[in-house]
Amino acid sequence: MKLTDAEAHWLSGGEGKAQQLAMRLVVAAAEASGALELVPIDFAHINSCHYSGKLSLDFAEFLLAEGAQLSVPTHTNASLVDRATPGLRPEEDFPEEVAGALRLMDIYEQLGCTPMWSCAPYQQSEGRPGLGQQIVGSESNAVGFFNSVLGARTNKYGDLLDISAAIVGRVPLVGLHTAEGRLATHLFELQLPDETLTDPRLPHVLGLILGRGADTAVPVIVGLPAAEEDDLKAMAAAAATAGAVEMFHVVGITPEAPTLDDATGGRVPELTTLVDARLVSSTLGSLSTIAAGPVSAVCLGTPHFSIAEFGELVRTLGQAHTHPSVTVIVTTSRSVWAEVQLRGWNTLLGAAGIEVVLDTCTYYLPRSTGVTGTVMTNSAKWAYYAPGMLQVDVVFASLVDCVASAVAGKIRLSDEVGA
Amino acid sequence: MNIEGRTLHPGQAEGELLVLAEPLSFWGGLDPKTGTIIDQHHPEVDQSMAGRVVAMPGSRGSSGTPGVLGEALRLGVGPAALVVTKADVNLIAGVIVAEALYGVNCPILQVAPHEMPPHGVADRCTILAQPQDWPAADD
Repeated sequence: MKLTDAEAHWLSGGEGKAQQLAMRLVVAAAEASGALELVPIDFAHINSCHYSGKLSLDFAEFLLAEGAQLSVPTHTNASLVDRATPGLRPEEDFPEEVAGALRLMDIYEQLGCTPMWSCAPYQQSEGRPGLGQQIVGSESNAVGFFNSVLGARTNKYGDLLDISAAIVGRVPLVGLHTAEGRLATHLFELQLPDETLTDPRLPHVLGLILGRGADTAVPVIVGLPAAEEDDLKAMAAAAATAGAVEMFHVVGITPEAPTLDDATGGRVPELTTLVDARLVSSTLGSLSTIAAGPVSAVCLGTPHFSIAEFGELVRTLGQAHTHPSVTVIVTTSRSVWAEVQLRGWNTLLGAAGIEVVLDTCTYYLPRSTGVTGTVMTNSAKWAYYAPGMLQVDVVFASLVDCVASAVAGKIRLSDEVGA
Repeated sequence: MNIEGRTLHPGQAEGELLVLAEPLSFWGGLDPKTGTIIDQHHPEVDQSMAGRVVAMPGSRGSSGTPGVLGEALRLGVGPAALVVTKADVNLIAGVIVAEALYGVNCPILQVAPHEMPPHGVADRCTILAQPQDWPAADD
């Protein structure tokens, strides 16, 4: 593999120990993955700031003590804790994790990261990467969104490597950083009735179907007439949950797929899957563990709730108040929450009994916060992970049905006869 | 028994061989305080990695894998060496940082899938992973 003079200088320690270790990680990754050279990046979104044990903290302390400098604008992923609501994970119950997570947040801010603390940093227009830009992504839904929806180029980087790449400003030129690596090999053809195509749950379900069918490959969808950014966010999250999809194309919608030939490079797909109403219905059914009864919580905002989703929530709620026995939590980023406050919606949400959690994600929150029984969510990703992580029953439903159930205190599904 | 392959991280090690039938997500799948596999869906659940040469297809999924592997190495309950079929950059990152911060060596070798030993626990084996010929830092 070829290193430039500057890269070799960093690797030999000429710019200090932190830069040297960061370069060693990037070069080792390049060697292992067969890259022949490194490519400069413009942006990074890192998960190393999410506390995962003492090593993650010691590594960050080392970078800080050795004077590490970031080469590119670097946004932070969600944290283990919500700094504004410490009661969600009381420090006395989790002393090592909470102290470590708070210290880690301080260090990454001191290193010069932009404190987004969000799994959906792309919702902030400022600094959002664009078509063809080489970047570093870490959180799986954001990797899918950056690649698929924005056309920025990233592989999925794990902890330690993501911040190292942000420090050296380079990544191995391989995989989704190359034009060849971005071509679709797995075709998903939709043959669905209109009422399914306009069902707000469809993008989530399509994401799961992509994940299960494509796993680590690049899939392409034909036959989806329209999708908003929030639909594509949901699809990216679900595809990386049920499989390891880091990029997908939707013909006519995503930027690198004006036509099917553009997405595939004109090649015949290795695998073609027909997506019909029966497959959508059975996949949808696999996301809920229960269909009736009382609801103890409604969790919205996985990945983080966007300003458009807050708008829909406010409109759907109207003057209604959520049922006193139901905890309704929306997770979002500080930047979207600031926008909500500007519009005065925070008052409406507070009056309706809705809690907002910043910086973190509800399925990280420990069981001691008291959520048991049945939880409703409008996120396939939340529905997929939560039963294992929180030991609750889950109902996956549209935002409208989640709100109706939160108000009623029991499961209300609009597509169920007699509901 | 001696296992040879492509060096992903240099070093030498000796230990009982533990061969995993499936990839493992270290985050949520390995207890870094004991070195025990805790993923209830994994075929080798309850087996310990501590001090063993662990052969596995690679790691799965999570961004947290390097931190959990490195933490097990810091606490002295990590694997003696890793043998993988996939050039797994998350495992490499974990062992490089654990070595730099704590001086713990855990060599990684890559072998072809057909060279993987049958899964389960086997005799002691030795690993000698020669340094690569690319310009590795020599500190």
